[in-house]
Amino acid sequence: MTAIERPETAPSSAPGGLVKSVVELDRVVIRLAGDSGDGMQLTGNRFTSETASFGNDLSTLPNFPAEIRAPTGTLPGVSSFQLHFADHDIMTPGDAPDVLVAMNPAALKANLVDLPGGGLLILDSDEFSPRNLAKVGYASNPIEDGSLEGWQTVSVPLTSMTTDALKDSGLGKKEAERSKNMFTLGLLSWMYHRPTEGTIRFLERTFRRKPEIAAANIAAFRAGYNYGETTEAFAVSYEIKPAPMAPGRYRNISGNTALSLGLVAAGQRSGLPIFLGAYPITPASDILHELSKHKSFNVRTFQAEDEIAGIGAAIGASFGGALGITTTSGPGVSLKSEAIGLAVMTELPLVIVDVQRGGPSTGLPTKTEQSDLLQAMFGRNGEAPVPVIAPRSPGDCFDAAIEATRIALTYRTPVMLLSDGYLANGAEPWQVPDVDQLPDLTGTVNFATEPNGAAADGEEGVFLPYLRDEETLARAWAVPGTAGMQHRIGGLEKADRTGNISYDPANHDFMTRTRQAKIDGIAASIPLTDVEDPDGNASVAVIGWGSTYGPIGAACRRIRRSGRSVAQIHLRHINPMPADLGEVLGRYDRVICPEMNLGQLSLLLRAKFLVDVESHTQVRGLPFRAAELAAVIQEVIDRTSEPVAPQVGEAGITAGNGAVQ
Amino acid sequence: MTTVELGMPAEGPIADAVAASVATQGPKQTELKAKDMKTDQEVRWCPGCGDYVILNAVQSFLPSLGIAREDMVIVSGIGCSSRFPYYLNTYGMHSIHGRAPAIATGLAASRPDLSVWVVTGDGDALSIGGNHLIHALRRNVNMTILLFNNRIYGLTKGQYSPTSEVGKVTKSTPMGSLDHPFNPVSLAIGADATFVGRAMDSDRKGLTEVLRQAAEHQGTSLVEIYQNCNIFNDGAFELLKDPATGTQWSIPLVHGEPLVFGPDGASCVVRDDFGGLRIAETNQVDASEIVVHDAHRENPAYAFALSRLSSQDLRYTPMGVFRSVRKPTYDAMMTEQLDVARVQEPADLGALLAGGDTWEVKA
Ligand SMILES: Cc1ncc(C[n+]2csc(CCOP(=O)(O)OP(=O)(O)O)c2C)c(N)n1
Ligand code: SF4
Ligand SMILES: [Mg+2]
Repeated sequence: MTAIERPETAPSSAPGGLVKSVVELDRVVIRLAGDSGDGMQLTGNRFTSETASFGNDLSTLPNFPAEIRAPTGTLPGVSSFQLHFADHDIMTPGDAPDVLVAMNPAALKANLVDLPGGGLLILDSDEFSPRNLAKVGYASNPIEDGSLEGWQTVSVPLTSMTTDALKDSGLGKKEAERSKNMFTLGLLSWMYHRPTEGTIRFLERTFRRKPEIAAANIAAFRAGYNYGETTEAFAVSYEIKPAPMAPGRYRNISGNTALSLGLVAAGQRSGLPIFLGAYPITPASDILHELSKHKSFNVRTFQAEDEIAGIGAAIGASFGGALGITTTSGPGVSLKSEAIGLAVMTELPLVIVDVQRGGPSTGLPTKTEQSDLLQAMFGRNGEAPVPVIAPRSPGDCFDAAIEATRIALTYRTPVMLLSDGYLANGAEPWQVPDVDQLPDLTGTVNFATEPNGAAADGEEGVFLPYLRDEETLARAWAVPGTAGMQHRIGGLEKADRTGNISYDPANHDFMTRTRQAKIDGIAASIPLTDVEDPDGNASVAVIGWGSTYGPIGAACRRIRRSGRSVAQIHLRHINPMPADLGEVLGRYDRVICPEMNLGQLSLLLRAKFLVDVESHTQVRGLPFRAAELAAVIQEVIDRTSEPVAPQVGEAGITAGNGAVQ
Repeated sequence: MTTVELGMPAEGPIADAVAASVATQGPKQTELKAKDMKTDQEVRWCPGCGDYVILNAVQSFLPSLGIAREDMVIVSGIGCSSRFPYYLNTYGMHSIHGRAPAIATGLAASRPDLSVWVVTGDGDALSIGGNHLIHALRRNVNMTILLFNNRIYGLTKGQYSPTSEVGKVTKSTPMGSLDHPFNPVSLAIGADATFVGRAMDSDRKGLTEVLRQAAEHQGTSLVEIYQNCNIFNDGAFELLKDPATGTQWSIPLVHGEPLVFGPDGASCVVRDDFGGLRIAETNQVDASEIVVHDAHRENPAYAFALSRLSSQDLRYTPMGVFRSVRKPTYDAMMTEQLDVARVQEPADLGALLAGGDTWEVKA
């Protein structure tokens, strides 16, 4: 194992005189793998909650097929959940598991490649029947044929022990078998000294209306725990101390939940009602589900007939003075493009959430990717600039949602919030914020209630909907119902100030530039570039955006632990970028940009700053591994520390030492 | 004066803005004249276009609703007809092609205190926006949809539309169009619309009457307005407009009145053997067989059968209100769910953020 193994500190004696040892670890990565019907996601989430309430830092990576129930026992039907938890702060769900629990041969086959030699492998021997083995092409049973010798393999009859434990429950065999995930959870809870009350409470709550099912699951969970305590199969249990964290109240949170709560908070802090127009799509649907639960916070949710209607209704609501929101994934953004252009033209606030998934087309619905960045930036007809911001971790989705709202309301513009599948479903401990400390957005609303100018013919006391705030360039926002302020807006080009239809060439040129200037001007309201370069000696910088923050950060830590310097630059605001970014990038000899696409941010940085960015990309539907990124960074550092002759970058600019002139 | 009930804006910045405007500009003006509805924008339809007559009728009619101008919103899509909002001194949005019903849905669902209108064309509503139209109708959000049917794409210069008759020769169909047209009224009734009417652009009285009933209706109303495009489809409705043929081929719908029409009431509507309706000669049937129009019938089959009497060349076209039934509106039910939720789970942001399972890290 990767952890520091200390000799046992506290031998515990179990009934029957069995002496078990306890080993202290600093971190563990566990992967639970089974059939989609085995409840691996639920088991993983429960283990995560236990771990969170114990006080470890943690990060999770659920990985499941797009099919709800692929054929049982097949490779496409394998679902897994990886959890990394530690006694210190961690940034990723872990590159490779230390422990793999495989509930059937398919799960073993699909996941064994990732388990390093010597790792702990727990198998449900009941499921290794000739039929199940044949389904995934095992010629012989790996439990018996010696092929698993390179790992610490513990094969236990999880299914039959579960049904044994439930033989008096009154449940049929098939039904009883379904609790094997809880038996497994019980076993793991014993192995890692997890608190169990939360899970028992959870089961009671979930199966409130089916007490016999609740009882069976609790019995299976307890049986698994007791089995761990009494069996000789597991001689060791592990202790991972709580991680030091800033004092406060914590909860475990996934990105989609955090994003939803951020939107509710933004509504509350601005005082505006929320209107969400959405059409279900993986991995964004959970935001629609979550917001639908919070109607008491003045949240209206509208499941539209399609993505276009979803954004259309949100724009209509924004016109009426609500905070209009639409949530979707890449294919939905494609459908919404024309309507986003309408929001750009009508200069109405709107938050567009894109939880990115693998593309193009339907792509990989349940897998993560960052390949919608250029779509978010440019995927519209005409010059239609839209601010783009991206959260960096599940918990950060909360703050990013509030920030997106701040920009949308202050500048009267649609804003793209780019999450991704990994952030959406991944979870981490999150310090519950103090409501009074959240940004106060009431000042961003200021509806116009009085005429603000004179018409072209000199008539005083008229309302000019396209008269702008001098500082933000935001136009005046008057909502229907406000007397004397009637006005018409729409997708045709607007005359400056009056908002009337205008085909005047000079006006169009002016308005196009003004819309761009308004978005560019947002840079004045955002922080300078976020650079982490602890010793200040780095000549290589790694720049990223969105969910690669964790893996890049973990990779940089590895580099620093090996005694080298490296800077991590993270972009939360991608449009506009921080005002000093060009200057910051110019400080480094080399800039590496890892992305889960084929180099979209690199393209932007190269175009904007003429920096010879080295793009490192991967589109496997999974987050980067820290070790892999560390190797890439190491290679660049090695290359850079050799005396380098000035090189001519693609843009014809000397990129050897500070590319921006 | 007509009475249209509007809700109140919910407490918060919107209600504050409305109150502020009343404070500075005095109480809401609900006694309006047609001229108060006009804007300073030059109307830019082709001279002779049917849209002018509809605009005049609407400008004269809206003040009768007793609603202040600022409480009315006109949302349109794209097309000649969709320029409508620019010419009404209300709030308005000239949006994108086909999407007006969706936009209006978001507005009406979140602002029950407004009178929301959609203006759309046959291409806008039935081609690109067909999906939004049927879903708006089945949801029954409180709004009124005016569908200007000129049986042609006007703004893009004369291609055939989803209501054009088969064989229509246009620039895009030099050998005649192949697809069978929609009957917008049948489509709306098929989508379970709670209010469906039809009127003629040039018939100010008939149009105003249908508009009045549509505006009073709680829920989504669809009014198909036959509109002459004198540039690309001139005379499309002549059969019904020409006094010589009009009485013969139009069937006036009056709730509670027997469906008798034609010169000297020579024709009438009776039930056929298959649960539908057919045209008969009045002197050939017993008076008791003649159908008495009932717009309030729950079952849409009757209104649908009425809509199927007409052929695509417009013979036997019923004009007036086909169907007007009461059903709860989407916006009212949505507001009610919010009210119920507030009682069940009072809004406590701190508690929401903390969720169920939290733990404390001590200093
Ligand atoms: C997305 C999109 N596609 C196509 C068009 C071009 N277009 C504008 S109006 C129109 C048809 C309008 O026909 P209709 O709704 O019948 O309105 P009319 O002009 O006849 O009143 C089309 C195809 C457009 N504006 N937007
Ligand atoms: S093209 Fe036809 S519908 Fe359009 S304005 Fe001219 S006459 Fe009217
Ligand atoms: Mg038309």
